[in-house]
Amino acid sequence: MKDKSVIPGFGPTLGFTIFYLSILVVLPLSMLILKTTSLTWPAFWEAVASPRVLAAYRLSFGASLAAASINLVFGLLVAWVLVRYPFPGKGFIDMLIDLPFALPTAVAGIALTTAFSSGPIGRTLESMGINVAFTPLGIIVALTFIGLPFVVRTVQPVLKDLDRDVEEAAICLGANRWQTFINVILPVLLPAAFSGFAMAFARALGEYGSVVFIAGNLPMKTEITPLLIITKLEQYDYAGATAIATVMLFSSFAVLFLINRLSWWAHTQRSSKEAL
Amino acid sequence: MNIKIEHLRKNFSDFTAVNDVSFTVSESEFVTLLGPSGSGKSTVLRLIAGLESPDSGIIEVNGEDVTRIPVQERKVGFVFQHYALFRHMSILDNIAFGLKVRGVKRSVREAKAKELLHLVGLSGLDRRMPTQLSGGQRQRVALARALAPEPGLLLLDEPFGALDARLRKELRSWLKKLHERIKLTTLLVTHDQEEALELSDKVLVMNQGRIEQEAAPQAIFDKPATEFVAAFVGETNRVEAIVQDGEVYWGPLRFGSYYVPDGSKVTVHFRPNDVYVASQPGEAHTAGVIRSILFLGATESLEIELDKGHTITAHVPTGVAAQSGFHLGKEVYVSVTRSHIFFSLGSA
Repeated sequence: MKDKSVIPGFGPTLGFTIFYLSILVVLPLSMLILKTTSLTWPAFWEAVASPRVLAAYRLSFGASLAAASINLVFGLLVAWVLVRYPFPGKGFIDMLIDLPFALPTAVAGIALTTAFSSGPIGRTLESMGINVAFTPLGIIVALTFIGLPFVVRTVQPVLKDLDRDVEEAAICLGANRWQTFINVILPVLLPAAFSGFAMAFARALGEYGSVVFIAGNLPMKTEITPLLIITKLEQYDYAGATAIATVMLFSSFAVLFLINRLSWWAHTQRSSKEAL
Repeated sequence: MNIKIEHLRKNFSDFTAVNDVSFTVSESEFVTLLGPSGSGKSTVLRLIAGLESPDSGIIEVNGEDVTRIPVQERKVGFVFQHYALFRHMSILDNIAFGLKVRGVKRSVREAKAKELLHLVGLSGLDRRMPTQLSGGQRQRVALARALAPEPGLLLLDEPFGALDARLRKELRSWLKKLHERIKLTTLLVTHDQEEALELSDKVLVMNQGRIEQEAAPQAIFDKPATEFVAAFVGETNRVEAIVQDGEVYWGPLRFGSYYVPDGSKVTVHFRPNDVYVASQPGEAHTAGVIRSILFLGATESLEIELDKGHTITAHVPTGVAAQSGFHLGKEVYVSVTRSHIFFSLGSA
């Protein structure tokens, strides 16, 4: 720490970081917990563990996980195409990726609902016996849509930096395409893909705007947790709303922590070899 | 493995990288492709490996046409300039990779990898990661990795290009010893003439996609076939001379007979260490004055002005220079002991 560095120094920067995080993250979240403490234990339990709420948790976490997983696979694919192949309209497609970020989520919700209920895609799927709108599947579609940029944007730069000669070395050593991808390329992309996955998952958990339109919001079936919180608020049940929010907060934190641990573990698997 | 290359050609969109290249490499031979960057030497190597496919021409290995067979089946070991090690794998896993993809059992491939690590003089580093090794060590690991699947041919693409001068020299003599030991047919690409001359049984000098000369190192240096080779390999004095009565003249210097029409212009190359410098007239009889002296360590580089407009460079061993008392402004006598004359019709 005593080394002179370009940035003002450890003391001021750490101080600022802690202050900043306190004001922006810790303070509002503690108010949430504080508000929740106005409930008695039985009332709290009633608010966070009723069957309707439990179903919402299941749906929120399940659909978010499914959406993030879909984005993990297809995000890798999209990043691959964008980095590896030149084709006309590449710049345009690259720009499209960011659209879910820029679009107001309500607009996305209305667009998706139109497409999948009365629109041509919806009708075609319906004729095949698949209902998207107003089902959990619709929720997954919406969450996949808003989570699309994360994996693509985390993997893209890593893939760009990947040296071609490493792949060539692998094929000269006799590896076929699949072996080269699995053994040489994927391990390098995985940490970035994981953090993209974690971000897509976190975003999906909190998503509200794009989902409410396509979900149909049937209690026990297609009601996501953020919607439940809004419902409680509309009924002036502030404590109940914050109780659910608190549970969401801690479980999201736990899941993100777990994902972080996982990628840290994957990393130290390698470092432990280094130590020997 | 012996290789036969016939009329190889490769174009990249707007330029010809390899232009009608033919040569052969015999079993256990160490052959070097020497040339400036952009001369097409690396492309030839990549064509032989199968990393690029030729527009035309034939690559034969042991008499068998391999021009269109995939990289994986060619049994070549390739070493890249920037090592191309797998960053996320230990040294041992890196070396064993070629065996792993062939389905060799773990115990067998690890034993083999350790053996190779020993061969390249890095025993005990098997659990390290590539980032923990120095550049020289990484390149040795890359070599061990290329040797693991027991290739019939080793291709080295500027293998010491990313290392500092001292390390290059060290690894060069190490590689020579290794080649003498394992006798694997080897093709090296380099722009470093010292590397080429020291290591090879045969040198192919390339320029603009073509082979300018194919010969033993000594012959490349002593009998350059083209002006390009003379200028590229070793230092040289290049002068434009005129032919009179079948003799080549440049100012007060005469370079012997050359039978082209009188008045023709020819280019003469002679090496600074082929200039004999004496302080008294005798064998050396062309007078000149020392205009600058550069100390190069074992030799001194003298610039000698013969008369107005005719200045040459001579390299003299430092001891000889001291003995003869060479200093700025001293009058000396020179003769050129060996020169190479080139005549092209276009310059007549």
